[in-house]
Amino acid sequence: MESVLKVTWKRLPLSTNFAIAQAVKDSDVDVVSAYPITPQTTVVERISEFIANGELKAEMIHVESEHSAMSAAIGASAVGARTFTATAAQGLELMHELLHIASGLRLPIVMSVAARALSAPLSIWGDYSDVMNVRDTSWIIIIASTAQEAYDSVIQAYRIAEDPRVFLPVLVAYDGYAMSHTYEPVYVSEKSDAFKDYIPKNPRWYTLNPEKPITMGAMASPEWFYEFKYQQVVAMKNALDVVKEADDEYGKRYERKYGIIEEEGVEGSDITFVTYGGLYGTLKESIEELRKKGEQIGLARIRLFRPFPSEMLADIAEKAKALVVLDRAITFGVNISGPVAREIISSLYARGIERNVYSFIVGIGQRTVTEKDIIAIYEKVKEMLASHERQKESIYWGVRE
Amino acid sequence: MTQEKLLGWKELPLGGAILEPGNSERRYTGDWRTFKPVILQDKCTRCLRCWIVCPEPAIYIIDEPYTTKSGRQFKFSVEVNYDYCKGCGMCVEECEPKAIDWIEEEK
Amino acid sequence: MMAKPYFRTVYDVPREEYLAPGHGLCAGCTAGTIVKLLLKVAGPNTIVVNATGCVEVSTTPFPYTSWKVPWIHVAFENTAAVASGIESALKALKAKGMIDPAKRINIIALAGDGGTYDIGFQALSGMLERGHKVMYVLYDNEAYMNTGIQRSGGTPEYAWTTTTPVGKILKGKVQQKKPIAEIVAAHRIPYVATANPGYFADMMNKFKKGLEVEGPSFVHVLQPCTTGWKFDPRYGIVLARLATETALWINWQQEEGQFSVTVSVPRRKHVKHYFELQGRFSHLTEEDIEKIQKEVDLEVDRINKLVGRTVIGPLVE
Ligand SMILES: Cc1ncc(C[n+]2csc(CCOP(=O)(O)OP(=O)(O)O)c2C)c(N)n1
Ligand code: SF4
Ligand code: SF4
Ligand code: SF4
Ligand SMILES: [Mg+2]
Repeated sequence: MESVLKVTWKRLPLSTNFAIAQAVKDSDVDVVSAYPITPQTTVVERISEFIANGELKAEMIHVESEHSAMSAAIGASAVGARTFTATAAQGLELMHELLHIASGLRLPIVMSVAARALSAPLSIWGDYSDVMNVRDTSWIIIIASTAQEAYDSVIQAYRIAEDPRVFLPVLVAYDGYAMSHTYEPVYVSEKSDAFKDYIPKNPRWYTLNPEKPITMGAMASPEWFYEFKYQQVVAMKNALDVVKEADDEYGKRYERKYGIIEEEGVEGSDITFVTYGGLYGTLKESIEELRKKGEQIGLARIRLFRPFPSEMLADIAEKAKALVVLDRAITFGVNISGPVAREIISSLYARGIERNVYSFIVGIGQRTVTEKDIIAIYEKVKEMLASHERQKESIYWGVRE
Repeated sequence: MTQEKLLGWKELPLGGAILEPGNSERRYTGDWRTFKPVILQDKCTRCLRCWIVCPEPAIYIIDEPYTTKSGRQFKFSVEVNYDYCKGCGMCVEECEPKAIDWIEEEK
Repeated sequence: MMAKPYFRTVYDVPREEYLAPGHGLCAGCTAGTIVKLLLKVAGPNTIVVNATGCVEVSTTPFPYTSWKVPWIHVAFENTAAVASGIESALKALKAKGMIDPAKRINIIALAGDGGTYDIGFQALSGMLERGHKVMYVLYDNEAYMNTGIQRSGGTPEYAWTTTTPVGKILKGKVQQKKPIAEIVAAHRIPYVATANPGYFADMMNKFKKGLEVEGPSFVHVLQPCTTGWKFDPRYGIVLARLATETALWINWQQEEGQFSVTVSVPRRKHVKHYFELQGRFSHLTEEDIEKIQKEVDLEVDRINKLVGRTVIGPLVE
């Protein structure tokens, strides 16, 4: 039996950005390389304070761009350091080339993203356009919905990324502004070494070491390349179990766990809402009103966007008459343009499940989504269901004519 | 081109890492040559200029004593490894005593 | 007075090879010579970060590698940033006792002119400003060779490339070569040098110095390219030397702010000798060549004034 370190918690009022910084400290990260961008900046500021005060022993690389932030993170991880970076929006886009390389080289980097809209026009406000663009990069993507969950997820992320069945980088996302700058009570460890058994320092991935010289990042011709990509396919598949195990183990040790999908009342529901991030909080509150009126409504929050929990969603869909998916990003030029809605539709197709899936686009560039909106969306879906209307195109909720 | 077995995804090192340092030694580039350098051991002064410039490297120092026809004694010799020599001629150009012959390869 | 150089003759050069044969560089590619000698100086306790380019693709076609030291390629424009990450990580791991703090590991960033003058410049400048202890070696073949000879900020004026063709109106590159080593020197890092493989001991001493200083160092090496410059592969080293003999390329260093020319040229050759051997300059008229010669004369004056004595002599042949 593994000895389980007893953790004493302290309750602090923290924004999600500060909770992330706290988790970086408590994960005993070795190298942080990051560049400022709203609304992520206070993550890096707080980490800098930890380092300046000797609370975190790490090297901070004040890079001159996000492209270099990810490049330096790749270099650091490639010599076996536990590495962290944080960004948002334009910064994440500037990194994009390196996202594929970090995963292709199988480096367990962890990055937090305060999800934000993408220019142009310029918007520093929240939505998930940046995060959704990471979809095809072979990064594991966790989306937190509270500051506490963000803290716990970063610590879990190292366990997932550094698992030999995975060896892939992990992105922990949360709402820019709505979460990044809102204070919530967060339980953080009293001591920084509390997690050292949960995430022991033991780099097992390939590293650059003069005692055992290897070559990383070689050129692969058509007769080799495909196999390396397939290795990533397999690692992504494995990651589904590893994420679950990491969360279960975290729950066992520290009495907090989240699962892969947070769900509530999905059994025998007429309509189940599916969303992600901080919007889930609004959704929960709004639904209370409807439930009081006797409506059978289920709620599901996707905590893992990559690998996508297709089977679990199919299970949830099977229990409902219809699904309503609230997406905070647009994939342009296609009829169903909610990124998560599309994943769900293909998950259902693969399982041969016939269900109406209603895709709504909301909260773009942080357009407010109120209780009234949720109730109105519900009413609209009920109407469509009653008239057996199949959705042909996502509904761009609240857009002005 | 490759002589290596085309391994499957399970057997291949993750992410395309190459674990065997310097294994390009198994790739023989000697067949690139159209001309070949031949070191004339009796004329060679062991100045090592050719050894310095060869970009492959395909010129090796052999630690064996050698006495030239004129009676000069050397502790080592310099030789071309034709497995790798691409026949660029840089060594020939660098050899001041003109101790390297340049001979067309038979095809 | 300068300390006695470490490498003076061929017999000072270590026998051990850390670049294996079997790589795919063109026959007569002087990048092979440079990298081979670089690794002899650095030895086994070295990590190399290589930018995308000829050296990178030619030395690591999976499943083969010519590198006997740990080596990584990440992308084209970020070599200095990757090297920064490695350096910082080794520092952190040493501080935490995860690797032996007494162990000295050389970190070398190796990139071409495209990867340095152009797309990699921002990352390079950032690395220099932050002061990472990395030696950055620029092998300058004066064009994007790996993609098929396109112009870069390092391509000299008049040179033909596939994107600066010789046409009816435009004849080769219009702009001048960017003075990259001077720009790097303006970052006031401990050590900056220019070198060329025609003067192997000078070049190797510069590598050695660059690895020794506490902080970033930059060695800019001229790398004649048989394919892109269009010359007989046997002339790679001859051309490297001619570049210096004509003063088109001056081997200098700046150590803790102290500028010196390390290879003096008592009797200078006319630039035509350098151009003559290369197809990329075959369209030059006599007037063009004389114009370039005048530019070089002025540059020689400037350098001699800077040094305070005649290190580059008069034109004699
Ligand atoms: C971001 C990006 N843009 C373009 C390329 C294409 N590319 C690869 S190598 C190269 C030229 C390299 O030139 P240089 O740095 O001078 O090295 P050389 O090949 O001459 O040795 C280019 C343009 C790339 N790999 N990445
Ligand atoms: S011809 Fe070129 S490759 Fe062959 S030995 Fe001489 S320098 Fe080396
Ligand atoms: S350059 Fe000529 S003389 Fe010198 S070692 Fe080589 S073959 Fe001998
Ligand atoms: S193109 Fe030029 S730089 Fe590239 S391998 Fe050939 S000779 Fe070397
Ligand atoms: Mg080049």
